[in-house]
Amino acid sequence: MAEITVVAELTSAVWKIEAGPGARVSEGDAIIILESMKMEIPVLSPADGTITAILVAEGDQIAEGQAVARIET
Amino acid sequence: MIGPVLIANRGEIACRIAATCRRLGVPTVAVFSDADAEAMHVAAADRAIRIGPPRPAESYLNIPAIIAAAREAGARAVHPGYGFLSENADFAEACAAAGLVFIGPPASAIRAMGGKAAAKAVARRAGVPLLPGHEGDASDAELAEAAQRIGYPVMIKAVAGGGGRGMRRAEDAAGFPAALAAARREAAAFGDSTVMLEKFVPQARHIEMQVFADRHGNVIHLGERDCSPQRRNQKLIEEAPAPGMDAALRAELGRRATALAREVGYVGAGTVEFVADGSRPLGPDSIWFIEMNTRLQVEHPVTEMITGLDLVEWQLRIAAGERLPLRQEEVRLTGHAIEARLCAEDPARNFLPSPGHIAALDLPEPIEGLRVDAGVRAGDTLTPFYDPMIAKLIIHAPNRAAALARLAEALDACRAEGIRLNAAFLAGLLRSPEMRAGGVDTHFLEAFRQRGLAVPTPA
Repeated sequence: MAEITVVAELTSAVWKIEAGPGARVSEGDAIIILESMKMEIPVLSPADGTITAILVAEGDQIAEGQAVARIET
Repeated sequence: MIGPVLIANRGEIACRIAATCRRLGVPTVAVFSDADAEAMHVAAADRAIRIGPPRPAESYLNIPAIIAAAREAGARAVHPGYGFLSENADFAEACAAAGLVFIGPPASAIRAMGGKAAAKAVARRAGVPLLPGHEGDASDAELAEAAQRIGYPVMIKAVAGGGGRGMRRAEDAAGFPAALAAARREAAAFGDSTVMLEKFVPQARHIEMQVFADRHGNVIHLGERDCSPQRRNQKLIEEAPAPGMDAALRAELGRRATALAREVGYVGAGTVEFVADGSRPLGPDSIWFIEMNTRLQVEHPVTEMITGLDLVEWQLRIAAGERLPLRQEEVRLTGHAIEARLCAEDPARNFLPSPGHIAALDLPEPIEGLRVDAGVRAGDTLTPFYDPMIAKLIIHAPNRAAALARLAEALDACRAEGIRLNAAFLAGLLRSPEMRAGGVDTHFLEAFRQRGLAVPTPA
């Protein structure tokens, strides 16, 4: 069991949260959809696991490298 | 001349409009969001007025705030640029209601061309050839029948859709019901689940005609542009003339485009877009109308380069009630022009946008035949709120081969610190055998990108 912190790869706004705490996700599943410079960018789960926390809310402005979710594998 | 002109836009196009106004002695008013208080377009205008927070909906799309800014500044006309409110009929009407001249077509023409199905109906009335298709509400069974008649593959498009959303391709009759259901679902998100059908052109080229109309019934065209190199349905390279275009076909497309403009009561600068079948040489029977953009295009400089005209000046003159400065037979096309859109993005990561602080920015010096239309400079910060395009490089040369080579060299000279640029990618694209041969289709750019990603495995 390990906890992984998922970070945003670019400065953006949180457009949609696709999966909440407790949700089972597989590697490559979209957890959050970000929006930057008129493009939608999915934040993908880096591994199979369970989401333990979503650290942002829809509409939030976030920075590159900011933690957006935690996943327990 | 009409002025002061409020420029309801930002970035390179706001700077470019301000430059022509300055040359003509027309005072300008910039508007800006909180994210753009220090932006280049603010400095380019004679004065600037804040219109709201960074989000476009609260600033550059905020009609009451822009009208209020125009009143406050004593502006007499509004230039919408491209994007944002440029094709918003309500904005054109709001300007008129406030006693401001909207530098663009009448609201009725914007509305008539705004819906895909309505635009096709206008084109049909004007006698402009359309792709085989089906418009109008119909049951799923009727649509399946129509698809059979059109011939597969068929595109299913949400009438109210845009930007590639609400679009599905059906390869054959077996796949049609699922594709239709998916398109209807996405269409519902636009508030209208009506769809239309259109024959799919596998090797499509994007060819468009620049038209201009005045208030006195004169309509002319300024030749074509080929904008086939695209990513995510957005153009990255545009050129004029189009490879393979001859004078006879240009005249025929000009007839179609001006007929459409007349039919819709057009005034000002407009672009009539066509799709051509790239598996055949360009010809009158393999090119069809798709839509009309009722504004100045991003890529208008390539037309300016080969005609020697200033299209923003023409827009201002027509908005002031003047006649078109030239008759059709007086329009001369000289040499070859190509534009490259320099964007803050990473081609290797599927064109991931690259917002950030621009610590350094080197753009080539505008020398003979090279034009650089920039919207940012070193020290600026690119925010996630707006488009990633930071500048356009436009080259004019005696022939296409020279234009490709010189534009690639100009792109080689672009360098930035703090953000990623697509310059090296575009330079490589311009040097590819396919681009040098000319006539690539709209899928080529992505194929070229994939080729670059296929790194050979070390032995």
